[in-house]
Amino acid sequence: MVKRIFMFYYDGFRSMTWGRPLWLIILVKLFIMFFILKIFFFPDILRKNFRSDAERSDHVLEQLTNP
Amino acid sequence: MFESIDMSLVDWSRGQFALTAMFHWVFVPLTLGLSFIVAFMHTIYFRTGQEEWKKMTKFWMKLFGINFAIGVATGIILEFEFGTNWSNYSWFVGDIFGTPLAVEGIFAFFLESTFIAIMFFGWNKVSKRFHLAASWLTAFGANLSAVWILVANSWMQNPVGTVFNPLTARNEMTSFWDVALSETAVIKFLHTITSSFLLASIFVIGVSAWFLLKNREVLFARRSTIIAGVFGVLAALVTILTGDSSARDIARTQPMKLAAIEGLFDGQTRAPLLAIGALRRDATKMPDGNEKFIFKIGFPGVLSYMVHLDTDGFVPGISDLVYGNEEQGILSYEERIERGSVAIQTLKEMKRAKDRGDEVTYAAMAEKFSDPKWVEDYFQHFGFGYFKKADLDDLIPNVKLNFYSFHIMVILGVHFLILSAIALWLAMRNRWGNHKWLLWIALLSIPLPWIASQAGWVVAELGRQPWVVYELMPTIAAVTRLDAGAVQLTFWIFTLTFSALFIAEIKIMLSQIKKGPGGH
Repeated sequence: MVKRIFMFYYDGFRSMTWGRPLWLIILVKLFIMFFILKIFFFPDILRKNFRSDAERSDHVLEQLTNP
Repeated sequence: MFESIDMSLVDWSRGQFALTAMFHWVFVPLTLGLSFIVAFMHTIYFRTGQEEWKKMTKFWMKLFGINFAIGVATGIILEFEFGTNWSNYSWFVGDIFGTPLAVEGIFAFFLESTFIAIMFFGWNKVSKRFHLAASWLTAFGANLSAVWILVANSWMQNPVGTVFNPLTARNEMTSFWDVALSETAVIKFLHTITSSFLLASIFVIGVSAWFLLKNREVLFARRSTIIAGVFGVLAALVTILTGDSSARDIARTQPMKLAAIEGLFDGQTRAPLLAIGALRRDATKMPDGNEKFIFKIGFPGVLSYMVHLDTDGFVPGISDLVYGNEEQGILSYEERIERGSVAIQTLKEMKRAKDRGDEVTYAAMAEKFSDPKWVEDYFQHFGFGYFKKADLDDLIPNVKLNFYSFHIMVILGVHFLILSAIALWLAMRNRWGNHKWLLWIALLSIPLPWIASQAGWVVAELGRQPWVVYELMPTIAAVTRLDAGAVQLTFWIFTLTFSALFIAEIKIMLSQIKKGPGGH
């Protein structure tokens, strides 16, 4: 069963014609998104700067009450 | 308030988010609509066994695949931006956004990503019935993905089914069903989905018109036009009906948005629905007693009827909402600013008490947020507390942008209904290819549903301003205090990346369309 599923996908990808450049675009796009943008430009600010949810709550409360 | 915040940071953050969301929305509606059109064609092939229907299914499936591949995962960038640029907002709404998006991840993504492979690779590899089921499940999976993000957006427009926890500064869900099945969410889902079906129908009719103009694949183009015509007429009718329901919902939940999109500066009974109009260049947001329109053509009483099902119903204008209207029970913005300030001050007192270890004051302040009467009288106006009475103008959305976006959407929507109906009528009589000027209109109409769809989102998002969560959190309070230059840099990176992807989409689509259904 596992082999059949594997062969289904394997044959599908091998016999692709117009789909190949699309896969290239998808892979380049995902690389840019997850290995460049996410790592270097889009950190999760609250997760990065605070260790616990209590600290995060405290920070946001400070921001909301001292605009 | 917010004297300390750099306004260019807010503008660049908003611009970056708008750019990402609008780019993402280039792909989504075509995926939603085309998936069902392909499933219908596949069903006809399954039932008839005719090769022509298989050819059609494979051709439109190929265009669906190109659009899906280029657009896939562009929405994830929005989630990056929530965490980086909108951290206050993300924390404030966390549970509300988290649950629907988690449900989306589990159900829709797996359904969609599993069956899309079977849909594309399954020809002659799996049974015909299972292959057809994969096409339908891909369509349902794609549309299910849209449900949850639209539920989350609807909560931002009309925050229901939740309670604010002052101890954590987060909104917590009290009823999943109140959030998921709020009137706003149901109407928004139906309106968005059916307008996406309409967009895909106009795309299919337009591309088919190109084949007819070239005198190529005539049977294929005629049949595609019939399927898309039926789909388009039905989708257009439901889009109009849900748009009508949406007007009633907006009148109830966001009356300022309704006033802005109709350019209704002063409230009135027998309020007209404007078909078309031009606002004066110097028309300011605040009512000043001067005429705001160069010209306008409207239908007296129709807006009142849409809102109240009564042509004599009163529809509040911008001035009623800003200055209040005692007769109609509308509080002035000045009053709401005072009440919102009390709510913010209470939250501040609570935090200060916690910081100095004053348990009694802390508990007393926190207790207020669980008192329904206090919540109704003060917390419901929380967001207003961030504004000054001297700057009431900041509380009114951009009237011109909302007015024109809304009317462009409506006028184009009517055009799509007429075009779909004419295309269907003539294609069924085998006369659609005889009128070259009509074929040209269909071809040139291809980009128009994208303009209408984006205009609809402009109304939804800019009509809600200055709020990110309606009347609870202003956009300015939601933004993370970052260096504006860093946001500007990513804005330009996105502009370049998105432009490259958009050009790739157009080039690959055009080359496959030119090859036609017989090409490989």
